Order: sequence, then C-alpha cells, then structure tokens
Amino acid sequence: MDATIFSFLLQDAATNGAIYALLALALVLVFAVTRILFIPQGEFVAFGALTYAMLEIGVVPGTVWLLLCFGLAAFAVEMYSSRRAMTARKVALEAASKVLLPAAIAVAVILIAPSKPGPLLASLLTVVMVAPMGPYLYRFAFQPMAEASILVLFIAAVAIHLALTGLSLVFFGPEGLRASPLSGDMFEIGPLLVTGQSLSVYALAIGLMGGLYLFFSRTLWGKALAATAVNRLGARLVGIPTTLSGKVAFTLAAAMGAVSGVLLAPMTTVYYDTGFIIGLKGFIAAIIGGLVSFPLAAAAALGVGLVEAFASFYASPFKEIIVFMLIIPVLIWRSLVTHHVEDEEE
Amino acid sequence: MRSPLIDVRDLSVSYGKVEAVRGIGLTVAEGAIVSVIGANGAGKTTLLNALMGVMPSAGDIRFDGALLAGQGIEQRVAAGLSLVPERRELFATMTVEDNLILGGFRTPAAERTAALERVYQRFPRLKERRRQIAGTLSGGERQMLAMGRALMARPRLLMLDEPSLGLAPRITEAIFEIVVSLREAGVSILLVEQNARAALEISDYGYVIELGSVTREGPARDLAADPRVIESYLGLGAH
Repeated sequence: MDATIFSFLLQDAATNGAIYALLALALVLVFAVTRILFIPQGEFVAFGALTYAMLEIGVVPGTVWLLLCFGLAAFAVEMYSSRRAMTARKVALEAASKVLLPAAIAVAVILIAPSKPGPLLASLLTVVMVAPMGPYLYRFAFQPMAEASILVLFIAAVAIHLALTGLSLVFFGPEGLRASPLSGDMFEIGPLLVTGQSLSVYALAIGLMGGLYLFFSRTLWGKALAATAVNRLGARLVGIPTTLSGKVAFTLAAAMGAVSGVLLAPMTTVYYDTGFIIGLKGFIAAIIGGLVSFPLAAAAALGVGLVEAFASFYASPFKEIIVFMLIIPVLIWRSLVTHHVEDEEE
Repeated sequence: MRSPLIDVRDLSVSYGKVEAVRGIGLTVAEGAIVSVIGANGAGKTTLLNALMGVMPSAGDIRFDGALLAGQGIEQRVAAGLSLVPERRELFATMTVEDNLILGGFRTPAAERTAALERVYQRFPRLKERRRQIAGTLSGGERQMLAMGRALMARPRLLMLDEPSLGLAPRITEAIFEIVVSLREAGVSILLVEQNARAALEISDYGYVIELGSVTREGPARDLAADPRVIESYLGLGAH
C-alpha cells in the first residue's frame, strides 16, 4: 500500500466515520431519553438521502406524502387519546402542528422542487421534511407505550423499522439514487488530496456535534433532556414534561438522520432499504459507547469507519462481517465489567 | 382556623387488586407542619405519590380550593406542590447547581436566579459543592440537594418522604431544623416519617396510618402523649 492509497483510505474512514457518528449520537440520545433502541434511525438516513437526490433532479420526493401520512396518523392518535378532554383550542393546536404544518411543507416543496434547488436549499428542505417525522412517529408509535419495558420498546422499534422500509419502497420506489457532491472542489493539503465533499461532511458533523454539546450543557431544555435520561421520575417531579422530552429527542434524531442522508447521498447509491445496514453501523458505535456516552460513541464511530475502510481494501468481500464482528469483543468486555444492578439511580 | 391548603377526602390507591390506601382523609393548613406516621408498608409513600400525581388515585384532592383530579405532575408542580421522594431521585451524573436549576424548570427564568440564591442561603453546603457531581455527595448532602431542588419550584406545599432515612442523628437534626425554618418562611409541610418522635416534635398536627387507613389523628402534642401511639411508634423498639 502506498501513501496515496493510505491517505484515501483514511479520508474514507473519516467521512464514513463522521456519518456513523451522527447516527450513533442520535441513537444514544433517543435511548437515553426514551429507553428506545431506535432501529429505524437508518430509515431517516435513507429518507434524507433519497429526498435530497430527488430534489436535485427536480422531482417532488415521496417524502411529502409520507410526512402528511405521519402527521395525520399522529393527529388521529392524539385526538383519540384526548377524546375525553377535548377543547376547541386543543384541536386547533393539534391540527396546526400535525396537519397544517406538513401540508404547508408539502405545498412549499411542490412549488420549489421543479426549479431544481441548489445544494443548500435542497438540504434545508430535506431536513424540514424529515425532521417532523420524528415527533409524529413518537406520538403515534411510542408515546402510547412510553412506560413499557425496554424489550417491548425494542420489539416495537423493530416493527417500525420493517414498516418504514416497506413504506420507503412504496413512496420512493425500488430505484437507487445518487446525488452529485455537495461541493466539487478538490484541495491539496500537503500530500493529501481532500475533496470538497469530505470537507462538507467534516464541517457539518463537527458543527452538529458542537451544537449538541452546547444544547445539552448550556440550555435549560438540553439539561432537562439530559435529566430525563438520568432519572425519569426525578425529571417528572421537577415538572419536566417527559413526553415532550421524547418528542424533542425524536425531532433531533430525525433531523440528524436527514443531515446524515444529505451527506451520504453523494457518496453512494442509496436505495429504499439502504438505511438499515448504515443504521446498524451507527448502532455498533452506540453500543461501544454503552448507549450512554456521547463522546465514546462518536469516537467509536470513527473507529468503525476506519475498520470499514481498511477492511474494504484488504478483504472487500468480508468488510461488513469484519465491521459487525467489532461488536463481539465489546459485548464480551461489557459483560465482564458491568455489574448487574437493578437499582441504577443513586 | 386557617383554611386548609390541601384537603384530601376519601382517597384510595390500588396496585392491581391490592388497595394500598383506603379512603384516607387529611388536611394541611396553610403554614402548618403535618406529620404522617406509621409502620413500613402502611401506605405513607403511596399517599404522597398519589397526592403528587405519580400514581393514579380515586377520591377528592383539593389544593387551594381547586380539584386536582386529572392533573399531571407538571400541573401540580406549577400549582405549588412539590415532593421530595424517599429515594431522592436526584440527577446523579449532573452537578449540584444543574440539579437545582432543573428544580426551577417551571420557575420563570427571571426568578430562577433569586430562587437559587435563596436555596444557597438556606443550604450553604450546597453552594460550596455547587460544581460537584450529585452522585458523589454524602447522604445528608443528597437530602439537602433534594430539598433544595424541590424548593427551587417555590412550592406552597412541600411533601417530604422519610427525610431522615439513612442519615446520622446529627444530620437528621439539622434537616428537621431546616423543615421548621421552612414553615417560618411560609411553606406548608406534609412530612412522612418513620422517626415518629422527631416528626411529632416539630409538627402541628399528625395522622397515624395503619394498613392504608387513618386510625388516629390529632394535634401532634396529643398524639405524642397517646398511649397507643407511644406503644406502637414511640416506645422501646420503635425508632
């Protein structure tokens, strides 16, 4: 292996690793706040990538209809669950946030899409379309069973994943799509040839992580979310609305998934079911981080990217196997060092 | 007599088919300390959890004249109820100050800083440890933090569940002194304690709960002199 190949592999590792890191952070966030192992996170990535790629060629993405369905489903569940304490104001508020908002987004996208929006506008529209799916999904699928055990929530997450993959096929079709790079520039940094695409990935990933860090360490809402993760009962006792925390976590996760999708779209051809395998890689990183540590999960994600890049060079047919095998030593190590305590607070 | 701040009538709580609290009636007057004493498993913690809305209950709870039925914990916190649970339920991985700030989650931002200053005045120890991680505090400090966090919501009724549990006698004394000083600051207190003697000493009124029902009630001084209460809760072998 010469230096050029080495540097390309490193770059590959860093760009993939950055995307896995965003996934891993979203998974840790959702798990910490809601105790849901959010398998469908990969679907948000696929939605984001396909949406972005379709906007680029001037097609109205199926995402708008999917978003409308999600909004209507969430609205229906909300109305049913509050049927005994219904007020006109509540109905109006719910209708505005779950029906009018997606409808407005749909209209905007239908108007803008044919003009083939540039990368910036297209990414923005993608996030705006995908992010609200998070809280809608939480409302109709998970909130009604928020107090269920981790296992039950996990089974529900798997079911949602299967359902979303199917919906993805219906709304996006079986064709794979690939977008053009966010930036076509190339930069020479010493011996390294860095693409503008890679730089955009790094910048966005680092920016998002920094933003998350500030959100959790500086804002009351960020602290409230972290508190919900640390001690759910404690959070409820100080008046933090934990269902709202769940919705905020899901909004962030969906938005991060959409951004990951936008970053991924120019790097590989994305199909309706591509999300799962990418999600699993983020999942490995999240597991290595113990599903609690953001920095550990992000570092592990870079490790996953690194292993994947070199595995695909040395043993291409086995690259997925090698990457997924990473989890075995971690699980063995965790089972050795973890104390099995029922009582996790205090 | 002052009007009751909280007026509970015929309150029942069930775990499946087991009724843990059966038709309890209880009032706490504005500015009073009221104790609930009883053996382990008598239903004291369940009672507090039901009042706070942590678990569903049947019966009437009126707070400041308004029915609390159907209100969640968040609305009860906003109305002025606050519970310091037996297990404290702190945010163990966060700093003392973040725990306190989150205690004021429902307090308007402009008033949160003043509330924090008042808590620090009442618990100078917490101010010293403001940057320390809550999980590393000693038992007494945790209880102070749990009380401080509850006070950040500026409650009108503070409910304390076994505040002396697991604490050294000297620290228990300090905690009870603070409870008395809270009454002077206008906070009404509903105190659940196994340490019945200490609780009745600082209380205005008391209830004895046995098997989920109130079996005796009266001014704290009278209860402390009641032979049956002395035998069951204050005598030898009791705390």
